[in-house]
Formats: sequence, C-alpha cells, structure tokens
Amino acid sequence: MAAVLESLLREEVSVEAAVRWIARSAQSSEDDPGEAAALSALQPLRKEFVPFLLNFLREQSSRVLPQGPPTPAKAPGASAALPARAGGQPRGSRGARSQLFPPTEAPSTAAEAPLARRGGRRRCPGPARERGGRGPGGPEEGVGGESVPWAGGRRLRGSGSPSGPSLALSDPPNLSNLEEFPPVGLVPPGPAGRTKPSRRINPTPVSEERSLSKPKTCFTSPPISCVPSSQPSERYESGSPLPSRTGNLTDEPADPARVSSRQRLELVALVYSSCIAENLVPNLFLELFFVLQLLTARRMVTAKHSDREPSPDALDSLENPLFQSIHDFSLAEAFGLCFHWPLGCMFVPNTGAVVSLAMPPSAQAVSFQPETDNRANFSSDRAFHTFKKQRDVFYEVLREWEDHHEEPGWDFEKGLGSRIRAMMGQLSTACSHSHFVRLFQKQLLQMCQHPGGAGAAVLGEAPDVLSMLGADKLGRLRRLQERLVAPQSSGGPCPPPTFPGCQGFFRDFILSASSFQFNQHLMDSLSLKIRDLNGLALPQQEPSDDGESDVDWQGERRQFAVVLLSLRLLAKFLGFVAFLPYRGPEPPPTGELQDSILALRSQVPPVLDVRALLQQGLRAHRAVLTVPWLVEFLSFADHVVPLLDYYRSVFTLLLHLHRSLVLSQENEGEMCFLNKLLLLAVLGWLFQIPTVPEDLFFLEEGQLDPFEVDTVASEHGLDSVPVVDQQLLYTCCPYIGELRKLLASWVSGSSGRSGGFVRKITPTTTTTTGLGAQPPQTSQGLQAQLAQAFFHNQPPSLRRTVEFVAERIGSNCVKHIKATLVADLVHQAELLLQEQLVTQGQDGGDPAQLLEILCSQLCPHGAQALTQGREFCQRKSPGAVRALLPEETPAAVLSSAESIAVGLATEKACAWLSANITALIRREVKAAVSRTLRAQGPEPAAWGERRGCSHACEHHAPLPSHLISEIKDVLSLAVGPRDPEEGVSPEHLEQLLGQLGQTLRCRQFLCPPAEQHLAKCSVELASLLVADQIPVLGPPAQHRLERGQARRLLLMLLALWKDDFQGPVPLQLLLSPRNVGLLADTRPREWDLLLFLLRELVEKGLMGRLEIEACLGSLREAQWPGDFSEELATLFNLFLAEPHLPEPQLRVCELVQPNRGAVLAQS
Amino acid sequence: MILTKAQYDEIAQCLVSVPPTRQSLRKLKQRFPSQSQATLLSIFSQEYQKHIKRTHAKHHTSEAIESYYQRYLNGVVKNGAAPVLLELANEVDYAPSLMARLILERFLQEHEETPPSKSVINSMLRDPSQIPDGVLANQVYQCIVNDCCYGPLVDCIKHAIGHEHEILLRDLLLEKNLSFLDEDQLRAKGYDKTPDFILQVPVAVEGHIIHWIESKASFGDECSHHAYLHDQFWSYWNRDRVSLCCPASLVTGITSVSYCTWLGIIHLGCDV
Repeated sequence: MAAVLESLLREEVSVEAAVRWIARSAQSSEDDPGEAAALSALQPLRKEFVPFLLNFLREQSSRVLPQGPPTPAKAPGASAALPARAGGQPRGSRGARSQLFPPTEAPSTAAEAPLARRGGRRRCPGPARERGGRGPGGPEEGVGGESVPWAGGRRLRGSGSPSGPSLALSDPPNLSNLEEFPPVGLVPPGPAGRTKPSRRINPTPVSEERSLSKPKTCFTSPPISCVPSSQPSERYESGSPLPSRTGNLTDEPADPARVSSRQRLELVALVYSSCIAENLVPNLFLELFFVLQLLTARRMVTAKHSDREPSPDALDSLENPLFQSIHDFSLAEAFGLCFHWPLGCMFVPNTGAVVSLAMPPSAQAVSFQPETDNRANFSSDRAFHTFKKQRDVFYEVLREWEDHHEEPGWDFEKGLGSRIRAMMGQLSTACSHSHFVRLFQKQLLQMCQHPGGAGAAVLGEAPDVLSMLGADKLGRLRRLQERLVAPQSSGGPCPPPTFPGCQGFFRDFILSASSFQFNQHLMDSLSLKIRDLNGLALPQQEPSDDGESDVDWQGERRQFAVVLLSLRLLAKFLGFVAFLPYRGPEPPPTGELQDSILALRSQVPPVLDVRALLQQGLRAHRAVLTVPWLVEFLSFADHVVPLLDYYRSVFTLLLHLHRSLVLSQENEGEMCFLNKLLLLAVLGWLFQIPTVPEDLFFLEEGQLDPFEVDTVASEHGLDSVPVVDQQLLYTCCPYIGELRKLLASWVSGSSGRSGGFVRKITPTTTTTTGLGAQPPQTSQGLQAQLAQAFFHNQPPSLRRTVEFVAERIGSNCVKHIKATLVADLVHQAELLLQEQLVTQGQDGGDPAQLLEILCSQLCPHGAQALTQGREFCQRKSPGAVRALLPEETPAAVLSSAESIAVGLATEKACAWLSANITALIRREVKAAVSRTLRAQGPEPAAWGERRGCSHACEHHAPLPSHLISEIKDVLSLAVGPRDPEEGVSPEHLEQLLGQLGQTLRCRQFLCPPAEQHLAKCSVELASLLVADQIPVLGPPAQHRLERGQARRLLLMLLALWKDDFQGPVPLQLLLSPRNVGLLADTRPREWDLLLFLLRELVEKGLMGRLEIEACLGSLREAQWPGDFSEELATLFNLFLAEPHLPEPQLRVCELVQPNRGAVLAQS
Repeated sequence: MILTKAQYDEIAQCLVSVPPTRQSLRKLKQRFPSQSQATLLSIFSQEYQKHIKRTHAKHHTSEAIESYYQRYLNGVVKNGAAPVLLELANEVDYAPSLMARLILERFLQEHEETPPSKSVINSMLRDPSQIPDGVLANQVYQCIVNDCCYGPLVDCIKHAIGHEHEILLRDLLLEKNLSFLDEDQLRAKGYDKTPDFILQVPVAVEGHIIHWIESKASFGDECSHHAYLHDQFWSYWNRDRVSLCCPASLVTGITSVSYCTWLGIIHLGCDV
C-alpha cells in the first residue's frame, strides 16, 4: 500500500494513472509506459489500495479529530499483537479496510494477508462478528424495548467481545445504547477489550457536544473516543469564541504557510477525491461525512497535537492536521464542483421544506374490502366469522401497542405475545391465513409507507399547517414544535436497517406470532405485491416547461415516490421474513460448516427472483425504482446469503451499477443526477451492512466486466426522468441528514450544557407529519380520503351501492355516448360519404382513403364526449343512488353518496371515453363506410329517390307475391297452352291492374326484385294486349278484348309506369322482336294499339322519340315474313311523320271513338 | 289454421307425378277447396322439389340432354308455335323451366363457340327476348310462365313471400307489443348467424318459452324443418343458449306458406 502511495509521492506515477489503475485492472493505453511499469509491479496490491487509503486517512486524522479514538498502537509489533485487530478482520481482505493501518505487512506480504487474517479470525470467532465498530449484526430497533434475536445477539456480543473502555466512556448518558456500548464496569478490561478496530471506514464523531446524540450510536462510528463527556464544556468554556454561524473556515487562524509537505498533502487529497469521484469508495456519503468531520474539527489541534506519535510510514507531512482540514475543505469544494452539486443544498435546511406538526401516525384501520372480505371468499361461515373476529383482535392489539409502546418497561412480547399467538392459532385454514395476510399487508402499507411512520408530507407539498393555524405567533409555534419534536437521528451516516415507528409493531407482530403459515403467506403476498408494483407503468415523459403539465408532473413524481416507498417497505419486510429463519445471535458459520450450509442453501430457490427483476430493471432502465427496494430486501440478508452464487451475482450487478454511476458524468439521456445520487446512497449503505462481506466491494470488481451495465438510458427509461427529488432522497436515505446535523452542530457551536445537538436549530426536513393523521397531498387526494372516511362510517352496503351505481352509470354513459354522439357522427359520415360518391363518381376512390378523410373530419368532435358524459353522469347518478338506498337514509348521507357516485361514474366514464372515443368513432365510421359502399349495389342511382307509403296508407294492398302470381297466371293463359274454356274477363284484368297500382303505392311489402318482376310482367302484359293475345272469357265469338277495353287497360298500365313504379320499367321490351312478333300471328294485324301505345309513351315522357326510333330501326333488321316487314315499315314511317307535339284533342277523340279503320287508312 | 298430418299426407299423395302446371294446381284446388291456394302451392312446390331432387340426375346425362334437344328440334320444325318444350317437359316428368334451361344451354353450346356462362343463361331465362332464336325464345318463355314450381318468376314469388312474411311478422310483434331486435340490428351487434327476430323479453306460447323467431315463408314439413334445424336453428341455439325444444309432433301441426319457428315450435298462423 505504502509503496503505491510512495510512488505517487515520488511523482513516479500521476494521480490520474493511479486512479485508472485502481479502477481498472488492465492498463489503459493512456498510461505512460513508465507509470505502467511502476504500477504493474504493484498489481497484487491494487485491490487493497483503496481500503488502505481510506484507513490511512482515518488513522491519521483520528488524532486530529478532537474526539477521535485514542490512537491505536501504530507500532507494527503492537498492532500485530492486538487480538482486537484480528477480530476486526474477520474474513478475507476485510482487514485491508480495517482502521488499522497495516504497517507491519510489507507490500510483498500483503497478498498473503487474507490467509493470515483468516487464521486470525478462526482463532477469534466471537469478536469477528463485530466487524469493527459496525455495531449490531442485524437490524436495529427503532423504538422501544426489543426482545428480538438481534437484541440477544448484541447482548451476547457485548459481553463476549467487550468493547474498549473508551467506548463505554464515550456514551454513558445514552441509556438506549447501553447494550451497544456497555458501561465500563461491565466490560472486563484487557487486551481484547481494547477498542475494536473497525473494518469499516470510521467516521469519527465530531465533537464532544454530540456525545448525547444519536450519531453516537451510528454503527459505523464506534465511540472510540475516550474523551470524557465533560470535555466539551471545558473546551468551550475556555473562552474561545464561538464559531460564526456562517461556518466560514477562513475565520480560523489557520496558516497554510505553517504546513509542511504541502505538496504531498495535496497529492493525497487529490488521489482521495479522485477515488471518490470514480465511485471507488464503497460509500460516498461516508466519505463526505468524514471530510466534513475533518472540516469541522477545529481547535483541537493544539490539544491533540502532543498525542501524536511518529508516523511509521514517514508521511510526516500529515502531522499538521489543520492543514489537512483546510485542504480537505477545498477538496470538499472540489467535490461540489466536480459533481455539479451544490453542497449547500445538502446541508442547508431547505427553507421551503416541510415544517409541520409531527403527530404519531394513527392506526387508521384498513376498511372492509367488500370484494375480498365477503362471505363468498371464505370456505365456511365459521372461517368467515373467525376472520372477522381476528380483525377485531388485530386492531385491538394495534391500538394497545400505540398506547403503550413508548412507555418505559412495556414489552411487546409480554404485553401482546400470547394474545397474538392465540389469534394465530385460530386461523386454522389456509384461506383464513391469506385473508389475514392481506389485511396485515394493507395495514402495513397504510401505516408505514413513510419512514419513521412519518406522514406523506415529505412526498409532496407540505400542508401548510402553520398558516392553517394562523400567521400569528408563527415563529413561536415553530420553535415550540421543533423543541417538542427532536428529530430522530437515523443513527449516523450508516445506520443499520431499522424498523422505525409503526414498522416496529409489524416486525414485533411477526416475531411474536412465530407462525410458519403466517410467514409463508406473508412472503407470498409481499412477493406478489412487489412484482406488481415493480412492473407498474410509471410516468416516462420529461416534464415540459409550461406550468400546466408541470402540475401533472408533480403528480406523477408523487406517484413514483409512493410506489418507490411502498416497494421499499414491502421489500424490507419480505427480506426480514424470508431471512428470518437463518438469522440468529450465533456468529456466522465458518469453514466446513459454512461449506455445508452453502451447499444446502444454494439448493433453496430464492423467495423472490430478485436477480431477474434486477436484470429486467437494468435493461428497462428502471434501476431507480428497482434498486432501492432491492437494497432494502438485501439489507436483511444473513451472513450466508452473499456467499450464495445467486445472490453473489446480484451483488456483482449492483457493484457494477455502483461503479458506473459516476456523478460527474451527466450526459444527455443518462440517468439524472438525483436518481444517481439516490442509487449511490442506498448502494453505499448496503455495502456497509455488516452481513455484506467487505471483500465483496473490493474483490468483486475483477468480475464486473461481463456484466456490462448500460447506464445510458433509453429514451423511455425511468432512469433518465428526474423522478427523484431531494425530499424523496432524504426520505429514502435519512442518514444523509447526518451530514446536515454535523454541519448544523458545528454551525451552532456549543449550546452550553444542553449538550449534543441543538434541537432548535435542527433542520426539520426529516420527520414530518401533517396536523391530521394522513395529510392530503392534493384536493383530489383529500376528496378521496373524505370519501373513504365517509364510507368507513356507513354500512358496507352503502359503499357497494355507490360503487355499483357509479360502475353502471359510467358504463351506461359510454353506451349513451355511443348511441347518441357516435351514432350522429356515423350518420354524418354516411352523408359525407354520399356526397363524396356523388362528386367523385361511383367508386368514390379508395375506401381506406375515404375512411381517413372522414375520420379526420369527425374524430375531433369526439371531444364533446367528455362534456356530454359528465353531464350524463351528473344527471343519472343521483336518482339511481336515491332509488337504491333505503328511504330512511339521512339527507346528508344521501347527498354525499350521490356526489361520490357522480364523481366515480364521471371518472370511470371519462377515463374510458378519453382513452377510447377516437378509436370508437373510427371503428363505427369504418363499419358505416363499408356498409354504404356495399349497399351501393349495381344500380344505385337508377332507382332514384325511393318513396315510402303515404301516411294514410294502412298497408291493405295485395301482396306483391300474390300479384306476380296472378299476372303470371294471365301470362301463362295468354301464352298457352290452355284449355278451351280458359280465359280472363276484362274486369279481372282491370281489377288486377288496379291492385297492382295499390301494391305499388303501398311500399310496405314491396322489395326491389318483386317490383322489377312486376314491371317486367306488366310490360309483357301490355305486349299481349297490343297483340290482342289475351283470351277473354265469354261467348266464343267474343274471344277478344274490345279496342276500347284494351286502350283503357293500356292507359292504366301507362299510368302505373309513369306514376307508381319507382324502379326502371323495361319498356323497350315492348318493341323487342319477340313481343312485336306476337303481332305477326294475328290476322288481320292490328297496328293502331301499338301506335297508340308508342304515342302515349312519348307523350308521358316514358320513352324518347329517338329511343323508340332506334328500337323500330333495329326491329327492321330482324327476319320477318315479307308482308309483316312492309307493315312494320309503314308503322315506322307513320310514327316518324307524327308531329312532335300531338294535339291532345285528337287523342281524346280517338279514345272516345276508337276507329281502327281510320288509323289504318292513315297508314 | 291448422293442417293435420292426415290432411297433409292426403295432399302430398295427390301430388305424386303431377306436372307443375297451372292446370295441376287448379285441380288440386278443386280437390281441397278448404285450403288456400298459397298453402296448396307451397306444399305442391315442396313436394315437387323433393321429386325433382330425386330425379334431377337422370335428366342431366348427356344422352338425355341430346335426346331432349333432338326431340325439341324435331318438334319446332314441325310447328314452332306449338308448346313443344312444355309438352316435352311434362312428358319426361321434368320441370318446364329446368327443361328450358337444359335446352337453352344445349342450343347455345351449338351456336356459340364458348360454352355459355351461368349468368348469361340466367339472364336469358329472366328475359327470353335476349335469346337469339325467336322460336326458342317463345318456347322458353312458355315454359317459364307455365311452371309453378321453378323458374325466375317462381323464385321471385318465393322471395317476395319471404320478405312479406318477415314484415307481417314484425307488424304482428309490434301489434302485440313484443320488443325485439331484428336481423339488421343483430348484425350490427356483430352476430354472424341471426334469426329474424330475437325477443328482448321472452314470451310463452302454449307452454313453450319463445326467445327468437325465424320466419321461413314456406311450408314447414318435416324434411325442411330438419334441414333448417341443421343449418340454422342449432346455430342460434349455440349463440343464444336458449333451450330449444322441438317436439316432432308439433312439426306437422302447421298450415301456412310461412312457417315460423318459435324456438323450435313451428308456428302457424302467418297465413295473413
């Protein structure tokens, strides 16, 4: 180690190269060959450099810091002889990180050190667990007396491996830490009782004033000072001026000129800061804490200077601690610069931050969950009843805990243990267990989502309690509050995992219940919930600049915070329960025992596949969500866990992630600064957990490369979104607050006899709660809570009713919108489409294109859906609620229920509508378009506008089918063959045509094909009339229709064709060769009816003259008997000769006096 | 009006080997004056169709076609105005319209290079004026107007009856204040196979619960009922899951051109 430093100091190697060398095992091309050679010679030491450096700095500064440990023996011999030191190096290269600078070990032997240390550990297994000053090997209790295994473990350790007397001395007033730091009398003095060197980097307590404060209990800060507690007052009473509140160190009479070996010091500082910047140190905040300690250590220089012993490594320049302090201050500033991180923001109380009355979190019960808690979900009435009873017992126990847990002498196990176990005993069936676990978990989340049982205020805007109380006496109130509520120290910059506040209840409950079934169900439930929450889609868009979306953004950030904190809480309990069976007071197994345990444990599948979740999280760039809860989970791991392959790979991933989170590199698209900071803080904390072997951090690095972690967030990753804010950071990592406290205590100076932290100046960003138990974050949140509270006091049926009504009305609202707004839009679409088809011709263009055009015109109207939907819910819900609730419901309750139902229904409907209305309109319009295009049919326009029946129509007309059948009969009679007696009467024919008129005028039963056939049949009938082919009933002589009758019938037909047929009538068939040919068979041939018909057709506009002429022309081309052709030609000429507008009178005359002879004569 | 099974059998008995002509129908009406022409025609039509289905194949052998065609040609050569084709059809016990089609196809094969498409044939049968040969056109037309069981006119009549009875049924439902969804509404809702009407509120008829109604506009004899059951009704049942009860005895208790299936019960009375 020293060799490396020395080569640095001799300037053989540049700082940059050294840091590169530490960070990466392979030499980089940037390295100077000379440097590379120098460093490669030291290769075996690479991994031990950082621990060495850190411990070296602490070692040196321990003499500087006023309350620093009594300087441990630095002499090689003395150091090696210290059993405590062996104990401080429990395994592997942990010793490398021990506080003891290992001067005895020559660089050449350093590589063998682990072996030697292992042996040392074996010799002394008890103290080995101590891990230096790290304190408890397990979670630390937050509040109240504990009877958990760890407590026992600590006791055992406390007596078995006595702390040094200095330790005891340092902490006499802190009764709650008696176990941790037993009074001196209890500790047998002796070599083993000497201060245990910490394998961790030990930030030493700053000043004697802090002897009463919690930071003393910080397990990374062993109270190694043996300075009597009275010392601080002596010191400050010595007349030295109080430091100014600005904390400006330039006030100090420090004279850099008096510093020796300044250059060397600067070099060391540079290496140190580079290591920190490159994340080569396990815990960023611990280093900052240390630096701050140095900075705030003042005035002790002269007092301590005499204690200094010659440094064995000849770095005499470090003798002047003041210089180092000053230098480190600039180093701290350098951090700030290189991190782009205003240090001030960390330490200066955030003025806008939460100041509110801290209230004990109230145990609001989880309300009845109708969907799961109803009878149907239980196997039997008995089970249901038991569950209900258990619920009551659970809340009774909870209430009692709330009332008593802070009383001295109250013991959870004694007070509640038997009752809890009795209750668990009644949960006979698996089903009951799952129900109870669900209740337990919900209650846990409800009460403890925030650390220390603090309210939600830390997450969002603090409710302005003070202004609620009035501005008057505001300052006083604030002071009073601050005095009343001593901020809970979180136990130093690296506290052990704890169960603060209400969490303690749940932990103790689990322990007291000691029910295997309960634990298993709880793990199942927690795992599921964790998976659910971890997979939750969270906001991913960047907050934009405009204020409006900023409001949304605040909400989204809050949501992230809630999810993150819930996950951490759940994971903490999952870890607690999952590793519970493996934790105990006994020291971690060693040797063969450990191997066999490892072999066994490696067979056990993990309770939750955290590795997969972590990998997913990294891939999806959601590390900022996944890692914090994972850390909580792992913090409860037992000593064996990190040795298991599965978890080792998890740790390796985490290590690599840690290394990649270089704060100074903030590129576009990369993880946001505060997100990184959060991860660094939690990871750093995890690496300090006693169960995590320290060699993990320094030894694993070689294996990191395969786990290339890409921290460049994809554009949609959560990591690149600034979801973490300062408040969340403090909430998740309250120990960061220790830095503030350190500064604060320094800034405030001595508060005289009160000792310890000065409460009134303590920044209050930590534990805060609103006036009420659950301070609402927004008015919406408040409404929701009010609604919850409202339902809580009402019979469950009320809630069910309101929810049911809301659900149905919401759904109906959507249907209503579909039937009204959307239907209207579809109708519009059809009209537009018709227009389009008219203007663009038949095909109208590509249907897909048409659809696009229509949708672009119509979809914007979908916005009305929300307004209409809101209006609908407003209108419909109250009535429904009123109808469903009992008549006797009080008016106020009724009106509240109504408004809640309106709100819920609107929420439901609008949520659906806003998400789906466009798609819905699109779908419906698409269907309408294809329907319309299909209905276009082959002859769309030809049918023209179709008329329905008149209003007076009673639909009594003969059925079309009947008429077709009748006409067909007439046709078949006319065409033959027929019996001699067969025939039709002229009256029947007239009647038939009359009926045809009725049918055509009543459209009720008429379908287009029927009308087509009727038209065709009527034309055939006309042809037969013209050809005089219809057999008339009556005397044999009179087998033919009279001319007048025929004309009358033809006129009826003409009227039908003109007025009543709505479809096309194939009139050209009248002049088809087949029908005209019918005339050929008659003798003598009668042309006048045909001529009459043609004239009428033209006059009525049924056929154009040109059309008729064309038909006549084509008729002449057909083959006819010679005489027929001549007559046909005559008819043709006759028709052509007629004036275009024949006089009406002539035709009247013809009608009245049918004169066949005249017609023929004309021809 | 209810037709008993015995009455039905008697009518059916009379229809064995009777040509589907106006005259046959007239005789039938004389024989069963109490039955409406529509009912008799429907039964006649169904019986005749069954007969044609049985004998169809023998008329479609190339030998048969050739022989018919030659007989037709010989006939028209002797007298083009005589009902050659119609008589031929009656003689060989085949439907006149179908015979007309057969001969027309054969004729076109002879006179055109390419075999005529089905649509051309159909179009010529609908409008014989399009037939290039005047004599054949008249012959075909005669067959079509004289055939009361086949042909485009009969098809149109059947279609019209179906349409009319659907409307009649709808009117009846409206008159009785029964709320229903019709086929179009059902299709709009995405049903693939739909009955004519689904009752929104089921009703009970003679102890049977009716959920939907399908109007078939034809006489509900056993054979067609089973065919419809197979093709349609079970599909409705599969979709609507309503109990479908179909007492066989009820099947014959019907008289109507239009038979309505009310949940498997053949409903009569649509002889409006």
